[in-house]
Amino acid sequence: MNEKLFTRPASLLDVPTHYCPGCHHGIIHRLVAEVIDELGVRNTAIGIAPVGCSVLAYDYFNFDMFGAAHGRAPAVATGVKRVHPDALVFTYQGDGDLAAIGCGEIVHAAARGENISTIFINNAIYGMTGGQMAPTTLLSQITNTTPRGRKSESAGNPIRMSEMLATLDGANYIARVSVHDAIHMANAKKCIRKAFDMQIQGKGFSMVEILATCPTNWGLSPLQAVEWLKSNLIPYYPLGVIKTSQEVE
Amino acid sequence: MQEKVLMKGNEAIGEAAIASGCRYYFGYPITPQTELAEYMAKRMAEVDGVFIQAESEIAAINMVYGAAGAGARTMTSSSSPGISLKQEGISYIAGAELPCVLVNIVRGGPGLGSIQPSQSDYFQATKGGGHGDYRNIVIAPNSVQELVDYTVLAFDLADQYRNPVLLLGDGALGQMMEPAVLPDKSEIFHAKPWAACGLRGRDKPNIINSLYLDPGQLEQHNIRLQQKYQTISASEVRYEEYLTGDADLIIVAYGITSRIARSAIEKARDSGYRVGMLRPITLWPFPTHVINQLASRVKSFLTLELSAGQMVEDVRLAVNGLKPVRFYGRMGGMIPTTQEIYEQILNSFNHEEGLSDE
Repeated sequence: MNEKLFTRPASLLDVPTHYCPGCHHGIIHRLVAEVIDELGVRNTAIGIAPVGCSVLAYDYFNFDMFGAAHGRAPAVATGVKRVHPDALVFTYQGDGDLAAIGCGEIVHAAARGENISTIFINNAIYGMTGGQMAPTTLLSQITNTTPRGRKSESAGNPIRMSEMLATLDGANYIARVSVHDAIHMANAKKCIRKAFDMQIQGKGFSMVEILATCPTNWGLSPLQAVEWLKSNLIPYYPLGVIKTSQEVE
Repeated sequence: MQEKVLMKGNEAIGEAAIASGCRYYFGYPITPQTELAEYMAKRMAEVDGVFIQAESEIAAINMVYGAAGAGARTMTSSSSPGISLKQEGISYIAGAELPCVLVNIVRGGPGLGSIQPSQSDYFQATKGGGHGDYRNIVIAPNSVQELVDYTVLAFDLADQYRNPVLLLGDGALGQMMEPAVLPDKSEIFHAKPWAACGLRGRDKPNIINSLYLDPGQLEQHNIRLQQKYQTISASEVRYEEYLTGDADLIIVAYGITSRIARSAIEKARDSGYRVGMLRPITLWPFPTHVINQLASRVKSFLTLELSAGQMVEDVRLAVNGLKPVRFYGRMGGMIPTTQEIYEQILNSFNHEEGLSDE
């Protein structure tokens, strides 16, 4: 009799996703689902889906979900968590959602020390609307709204959200990870688990920023996109645990 | 007989909300409703509730979205410019069919305007306000007692129809103190099997959402919403008639304006003018049929508002050309005196054909 070593997490529905080839959302969804299964919290998990490419995340996760307005997921999560303090409440947000229109909501949820977790997908571009500049777009990066490359004089500078939020006393765990290869995926999962674990312990706000590819809007093949992430995104957005409170260590 | 307490309008709303089982309040300070937020900050702590002063009106309404979707009775309040900021969230709440109570203590506009009482948010309140085809139930009290009573009703209607209910007051109502009987604790419980509160043993996830990418599905969703609004229109119209039985002239006024109108009507009656008043209590659904029926037997209408004339459009639609409809309004936080309205009544009798004093 063969032993089944690898199976779909119960927290992930058995449905095809709408994501483009080479996009990392599918991998990240799976990591989140595996962590929720392993923590045994699918019965109390509540996710807040964003506006953007992962707007349909509630069609893939197998637990209660909200669809939030653009950028407002941390405020929605705040309302949910205050009603159900025993639930595992997380937001899943892209760079446009979290760092542009929702910058106020994420800053203040972190400042309040809101006992929620945020999965922040940073691919340095707007995906759903077709490849425009994000607050995290690198200088000289070409997008549909920076056709000659982002210039700081006219378009400002990319924001390192994790470092910015780490300055807030209410933020207790902030890590930046990548999912471009198996080793980094394993580390990303570890950090997601730590963020959720911290919430379960009632330690306050936690966030895992995940560098991810957008081959379609970067105009690269999936493999080229991985290389671009390694040689361009990681140098500007260094990986690692950016902040962690003493109690978590 | 229950004891009356002297309370400020804004605070009375808060106490009635707590009696209604509201334990989640999310708000942001803005004059002239700030006392309500302050009152909730104090009282929620005493009843094991949650008060959050949000970083913005936008955050506050989205906290309401989260709490309502999670199955709780929840409320936010603001004043005109703040309500404009909340409109994004209100549209989402209407789309996702979540029950919640919203309070707008209206001030003068447009823009930053003033902090004085006004009724210039009527269009915004009754015609949607945010994007998309949706309706809020809009209730317009005219006393501190009614602020209490209709706050209680607002929570029940919100749960019953899974729809936002807007309590529309004005700066004067929010700030005035009057004796009122506070409600008993609400016994009404609405099961919310649709709420996203964690599976907790349920098989199928609950999704709180307003996105329908398939146009056919979205049309079906909209058709269903419109059917709900028709049910509300047929069942929830509330109004008060005052001396309409023999009236030749009907004043249509709501909220604080209706109280000034009442004094003017008494004065006019003393002088022999047959004047009455139809006061809409629900601004949506609007008492269209009642006004239409009155139009078949009275001679003229006079609509009074603290605006350039907004509700008067609904009055004209209801009257449907059967009789003349005059309008008198003040703007910018100016409030007409009894004498001013009395003179408008006299003007109506002097100028409208078919209207004459006794």
